[in-house]
Amino acid sequence: MPTVQLTVNGRPVSMTVEDRTLLVELLRDHLGLTGTHVGCDTSQCGACVVHLDGQAVKSCTVLAAQASGSSVTTIEGLATGDELHPVQAAFRDNHGLQCGFCTPGMIMSALDIIRRHGGRLDEATVRHELEGNICRCTGYHNIVKSVLDAAGRMKLSAAAE
Amino acid sequence: MGVEGIGASVVRKEDKRFITGKGHYTDDIRLHGMTYAHFVRSPHAHARVAGIDASAALKMPGVVAVLTGRQLVDDKIGNLICGWMIHSKDGSPMHMGAWPAMAPDTVRFVGQAVAVVIAETRNQARDAAEAVAVDYKELPAVSTIKAALAPGAPQLHPEAPGNIVYDWSIGDKAATDAAFAGAAHVVALELTNNRLIPNAMEPRSAIADYDAAEDHYTLHTTSQNPHVARLVLSAFYNIAPEHKLRVIAPDVGGGFGSKIYVYPEEMVALWAARKVQRPVKWTADRTESFLTDAHGRDHVSKAEMAFDANHRMLGLRVATLANFGAYMSLFSSAVPTYLYATLLSGQYVIPTIYAEVKGVYTNTTPVDAYRGAGRPEANYLLERLVETAARTLKVDPAELRRKNFITTFPYQTPVIMTYDTGDYHASLDAALKAIDYAGFPARKAAARKRGVLRGLGLSCYIEACGIAPSKAVGSLGAGVGLWESAEIRVNPVGTIEVLTGSHSHGQGHETTFAQVVAERLGIPIAQVSVVHGDTDKVQFGMGTYGSRSAAVGISAVIKAMEKMEAKARRIAAHQLEVAEDDIVIENGEFKVAGTDKKLAFASIALAAYTAHNLPEGMEPGLKETAFYDPSNFTFPAGAYAAEVEVDPATGRTTFVNFVAADDFGRLINPMIVEGQVHGGLAQGIGQALMEGAVYDGEGQLVTASYMDYTMPRAADLPSFDLRHTTTICPSNPAGVKGCGEAGAIGASAATVNAITDAIGNNRLEMPATPDRVWAAIHGNG
Repeated sequence: MPTVQLTVNGRPVSMTVEDRTLLVELLRDHLGLTGTHVGCDTSQCGACVVHLDGQAVKSCTVLAAQASGSSVTTIEGLATGDELHPVQAAFRDNHGLQCGFCTPGMIMSALDIIRRHGGRLDEATVRHELEGNICRCTGYHNIVKSVLDAAGRMKLSAAAE
Repeated sequence: MGVEGIGASVVRKEDKRFITGKGHYTDDIRLHGMTYAHFVRSPHAHARVAGIDASAALKMPGVVAVLTGRQLVDDKIGNLICGWMIHSKDGSPMHMGAWPAMAPDTVRFVGQAVAVVIAETRNQARDAAEAVAVDYKELPAVSTIKAALAPGAPQLHPEAPGNIVYDWSIGDKAATDAAFAGAAHVVALELTNNRLIPNAMEPRSAIADYDAAEDHYTLHTTSQNPHVARLVLSAFYNIAPEHKLRVIAPDVGGGFGSKIYVYPEEMVALWAARKVQRPVKWTADRTESFLTDAHGRDHVSKAEMAFDANHRMLGLRVATLANFGAYMSLFSSAVPTYLYATLLSGQYVIPTIYAEVKGVYTNTTPVDAYRGAGRPEANYLLERLVETAARTLKVDPAELRRKNFITTFPYQTPVIMTYDTGDYHASLDAALKAIDYAGFPARKAAARKRGVLRGLGLSCYIEACGIAPSKAVGSLGAGVGLWESAEIRVNPVGTIEVLTGSHSHGQGHETTFAQVVAERLGIPIAQVSVVHGDTDKVQFGMGTYGSRSAAVGISAVIKAMEKMEAKARRIAAHQLEVAEDDIVIENGEFKVAGTDKKLAFASIALAAYTAHNLPEGMEPGLKETAFYDPSNFTFPAGAYAAEVEVDPATGRTTFVNFVAADDFGRLINPMIVEGQVHGGLAQGIGQALMEGAVYDGEGQLVTASYMDYTMPRAADLPSFDLRHTTTICPSNPAGVKGCGEAGAIGASAATVNAITDAIGNNRLEMPATPDRVWAAIHGNG
């Protein structure tokens, strides 16, 4: 059984897990970080998206052992204390969620999309980029609005810094 | 408090936990000593279970137990029930076969459970389940309605000869036949309403815990209606009496109907928890969801409409075959009957209607209510038929609808329903204006020059929501009443807990219910908490489905608030030494009209609990309950207009615009209402363009993962243009009609009408995938 050492939301973690343990299982079952969800078993739905060394990955498709030595950010690690991350705030303000199950993955993907595209986001790009995240509640209308709004907020806060 | 009261788009109180990863879903819960269940499921659509050998599995690491359907029978656990009795037109009760939670001798659909492995970890349970050897003797299977009804077809249940559950009818056959005999025009259409798989993003999950000392069970589960689950588990399945069973439905990740039902897995988890004397957790993987969550729709229909020479509707005749799958699920029998045929009048004056529905068993997953439940099927049939009529009669489809709209209310249809209010001209006008109907011919011509086919399709839907008056549904065969309950608990400091039998699984009740209470008292919504989803906390409830939470659930809240306010008013009048009638409630204060005398609501609450100075004979405390039984269904209605472009080279459909003009009565939180419409539209468009369960001839579900079943993704959908028109609902104190299902009901017909308009061929079935559309363009439709 491999020993996995990684940093999760800034905290060092070291544990021995079964070889087949997935990163999402490590997060949910071993670390109790249940904000990351499992919605399918074919890497399609995106409810399990986390950031691995700053990049969005589907944590159901990464072995915990593969993530050893890496830094993982989950939805629980996004806010700064009581202050929501701009992407979280944009999802709330634009009603970008309903049941909330796909939301952590959506937010983690949205942040990755915004970072990769800088300020050059439009509706068509956001819709195309959200290909790997399925939502059954919102019809994506308000998710797209949330991502565009978040991109604007992040640009503003970057400009202010 | 206008900024937080009724009509304000308040951001949701519940969102913080969801956006920070602190939601509390069933699979997030871990109990001390918890074991994990994995089911052994049939790979065959129809087979006899000749034997189960668990000896190898029992020797595997971590295995605690392997339990079978035979043991379930030995322990006298009841079969799954169907809670709505339908009688065939000959008066006989529906013909129903038994559905055991795990099959002791015969399996009838792929995925049906025959045994369950309980182990220390999820993976150990899964591994051991593969080692359970089941001796199946395969039987011939039927996966379609046509195959099930063919002469000599394999029979699923001895109780249902010919695989027919019922042969039901509604309306006046003789009068309808006479209308057709005297018609100037008759327009006919045959169509299929494709089978859908609900796909709430959170898979179903259950955690059962048995306390031997108290002989008490607790079930955490993904339910839209925990009290109904407890009732069914207690009264019919013999798990435990209600006072010995607590059902908790915490955060639930979407339902769309699929989480109404009490499934085999929850029953088995409870039973197994007692067997192994440890908590048992089961969470579906996605393929289990595809195989075992109740599916939706699946009708094949023939419809004809008779018109007079002036294009007025004279009559409607419909014959529908409904696929129930292998067993009758909890509310399945009502879906293609009282939730379907009673809506066939649509928004139109149709003097006479006759509909026949045959319910059919097949070797497929059971079918039950899925978002809209019967009403999408009715609207799709009627609105495609009306559009077909307009094309056949060569009249403008909007004009044909206008000519036949119901304009006076209340309106008694020939199919039971009495519409209370509506303004169908207003919603159609709003939709046509938004989509620039007048400018469409020019846009179509311009598109043609670019080599693409442009089409515009309308759909004027009606639905019956606010389900439902208990006496009425009882007379139609329902096994339960469909009221709702509420409790208002005012705490001594003046904060309020609203306990409701409605259940939120995305609808935002924690916000909207608080808005209604805040509006009445003039207090901030932060002072109001909404409690739901726990049978130990909430007195009772019928749950959330059929767009009933606002119309029925909030009406119960209003009724309980009225009682609480009456008592608070008496206390205020007593302390201020004025008559009760002189008290007005404003900004969180009880004021004496025309004076500066007043008491803060919090001080009245405190007075109620200190009980030092209450009116003579008044009981202390400030807590009231109410049960609200609606007097009628509600009738949300609207007009949808879709404009599409079809690429003739590929058959691919792209939306140019999608307008939804809805009349939901009073809107409590327009932002949440619009979110509900968006989601419904996506599911309706999904049905129209890409979704569909596919079975092969042997009953294998070919579309059992997201690799195979096409879910709408962000790039498949447009941004929507929503409009509202309003007629206040007179049938409930909230004035609301319900908004949860409209999108799913209205969107499919608008979409297909737009595509068939674009391609000039009306012969097109859903899902209108590019290959089907391409074939229809090229004359193979």
